[in-house]
Amino acid sequence: MSLNYMIPASKFKRYLPKDYVELVDYGPFGKKYSEVGVKNMGTYKELVEEHPMCSGCWMSYYIKIIFASLPNPEDTVTIGTAGCGRLAISQAAVPFIYGNYGDQNAMASGITRAFRLRFPDRQKDVITIAGDGGMMDIGFSMTMHAWFRREKFTTIMLDNEVYGNTGGQESGMSVEGAVLKMSPKGKNFGKMPAMQLAITAGCVYVVKMSPTNINKASKAIRRAIFAARNLGPTFIHVYTSCNIEYSIPTPDVFRDAKEKEKRSFCI
Amino acid sequence: MSLNKTLVDMDYLLNEAPREKHFITGAQAMAEAVKRASVDMAIAYPITPQSEVMHLVGDIYAQGHIKEYYRAEEELGTMSAIAGAARGGVRMFTATSGPGLLRGLEAIVSWPGHRIPCVLGVLTRVVNAPLSIQPDNIEMAYLMHSGVVMLHAENQQDTFDYTLAAFAITEKVDVYIPVSVSTEGFFVTHAKGYVDMMDEKYAFTEVDPYHAPVPAMDNEVPPARIQRDAPVQKSNFMSYLIHSVWQQEIWDCNSRAMKYVYQYLGGPIEVINPDADVFIVASGCAAAQSREANRYAEEEGLSVGLVKVKCIRPWPRKEINDALKNAKTVIVPEHNIIGWLSKEIKASIPNGGIVVEGPRVYGGMTLPVELIMEEIYIALGMDSEKLQA
Repeated sequence: MSLNYMIPASKFKRYLPKDYVELVDYGPFGKKYSEVGVKNMGTYKELVEEHPMCSGCWMSYYIKIIFASLPNPEDTVTIGTAGCGRLAISQAAVPFIYGNYGDQNAMASGITRAFRLRFPDRQKDVITIAGDGGMMDIGFSMTMHAWFRREKFTTIMLDNEVYGNTGGQESGMSVEGAVLKMSPKGKNFGKMPAMQLAITAGCVYVVKMSPTNINKASKAIRRAIFAARNLGPTFIHVYTSCNIEYSIPTPDVFRDAKEKEKRSFCI
Repeated sequence: MSLNKTLVDMDYLLNEAPREKHFITGAQAMAEAVKRASVDMAIAYPITPQSEVMHLVGDIYAQGHIKEYYRAEEELGTMSAIAGAARGGVRMFTATSGPGLLRGLEAIVSWPGHRIPCVLGVLTRVVNAPLSIQPDNIEMAYLMHSGVVMLHAENQQDTFDYTLAAFAITEKVDVYIPVSVSTEGFFVTHAKGYVDMMDEKYAFTEVDPYHAPVPAMDNEVPPARIQRDAPVQKSNFMSYLIHSVWQQEIWDCNSRAMKYVYQYLGGPIEVINPDADVFIVASGCAAAQSREANRYAEEEGLSVGLVKVKCIRPWPRKEINDALKNAKTVIVPEHNIIGWLSKEIKASIPNGGIVVEGPRVYGGMTLPVELIMEEIYIALGMDSEKLQA
C-alpha cells in the first residue's frame, strides 16, 4: 500500500500541486537505487530541493545525501528536533515528525514499536536526524536509552560542533578551547565521546565521518538503515560544519570538511 | 488479541455488560480498566510507592492483554514515546504522578496539538518542596491549561469507569486529543473499595487509526504527507495564523468532548439536594468527603447541597451555573494549597463572592469531614459551639 497511497487517481492529478505530481512521476518512489540514488542526483526529482539553509551550509548538503540514499523512501518516517537541520528535513518529501526538544529517539522508539506491531511482515524505516545539541545534550538520556533498549532504528547526528540555530552557543560536541557564546573564555572540556558511547550502549553499526565522498556517505547511510531493520540500533556521527558560527567562507567549506576528515572525523 | 475476547462498543461495555462486585484498590481499578480497553502498548516509568498502576499494567501485559510494554528511561522519554507510538496508529496508555507529570509536561502539553489520542492516568501527589510522596492534587492545575480532557475520579469505581470511558472519548473523530483520568494517590490508589466490573472477556473494540481527523503517520493512507514546505517553520503571518487556528481547534475539540462526557459518564456533574441554599462543590477525593459532610448535615436536619465535578476539562460552566443559580453559599473543599477548583467556580458564576475558598488541605493531609461541617455551620449562621460538640 505504501507506494500506491501517494499515487493520485489520474483525473484528480490536475488538481494537485505540480510539485506533488512531479514527485510521484519523476521522484525516487518505488525506483531502484541504481536508477536514482546519489549517483544520479540532478537527473530525477529529488526529495529535497529548495531549503532555507545558509549559503554554503554543509549540513544541507549532507541532508540531501541522506534523502537520496533512502532505500525505501515511500515507507520511511524521519524524526527531528529543533535546530538548523529540521529546516531542510521538513522540506523533504518524506513524512517528518518535528518533536519536542531532544525527544527524537524516544519518539522513534514508540513509532518503531508501533510499526512492528501493526506491520510485522513489512519494513518501515524510522530515522532520527538531529544536531549535536539535540542528540548529545538536551536529548542525551533519550538517545542513550533508545540504544540501550536496542531499538531498531537509525540515529544520525549532524555535528556542527555548536548550537547553530540558536545563535552559536557551546555544545557538548564543541571542541575544547572553542570560544563561543556561553563559553566566552573557551570551552573547558573536549568533545563528548559520542562514538564510544554508541558502541558501549549497543549500537550494532556506527560510523563517524566527514562526508567529503558522496558515495561513501551514501553507503554508510544505507548500511545503517539496513542494519537497523533486523540487528539493532545504528548510529552515524557526521561532521556538518556551521560555516556561519565558525566563520568559514563558503569556498572553504569543503576544505574544512577535508581537514576534519584527516583529524577528528576520519571514517 | 491472543486472549479470546468479546469486543464490544463502549456503550455496551459501560452500561450493558453484566458486572460483578469486587473489592480492589484504585490502582487495581485503573489497571482492570486498561485490561478491558484493548490497549496496544503501554509505556511505564516507576512512580512507586505513590502508585502501582504501571506495575499492574505490566502484569496484564505479561498475561497477554496488552501487545507491547516497556519501562522507559524517564517521564519525558515516556511521554515522547507515547507521541511517537500514537502516530504509528496504536492505542496507548501510561500513568504518572506529581513530579513525573511535571517532568513529562513539555511532551504532554504538545499532545493535543499533535492530535495524539491516548489515555493518561494521573495519580496525584505533592510536587513542591519540601519533597513528599503524599497525596495533593496541585499538579492538576498545570494540566488544566494544556488542552487535555481531564476527568477526576472520586473513588475506585469512578477510576474504573472513567478510565474505560476515556479510551472511547480520546478516539472520537471530533475530539482526538488526550484524556487524563486523575484521582488522589494513596487515598484512592492504595485504598480498597467496591468496584462493579464486567468480566474481563469483554473488551473495547480495537483502535481504527484511520477513523481520525489526522490519520496515523504510517505511509498507508492518503493524503500522502509528501507535500513539502512546512509553513509552520516560517516566521510570517501564515505561520502565526496556522498556529492560532490549530490551537483554537484543539480547545474546540476539548469542548466537543462534553457530549461524550454525557454519553458515558451521565454528565460532567452530579447534583444532590438541588434546592439547598448552601452547596459544597468538590471533585475527586474531596467529593467523597463532601458526600460524607452532606450525609452528616442531613442527619442533623440541615439542608446542604452537593455538586460533584467529574470533568475539569471541558469545564462544565453552564452546568455549574445552573446548579448554583439559587445558592447563597458555595463551599469548595480541596486537596491543594492554591484552590484551583474554587478559582474556576468563582470565575464561572456571576456572583463569585458567595464562594468560600476552602477548606483546603495539602501535603498529604486528610480532609476531615469536620472541616467541611465547620464551613457549613458558619454559612448557616450557627454558633461555633456546635462544632465543639
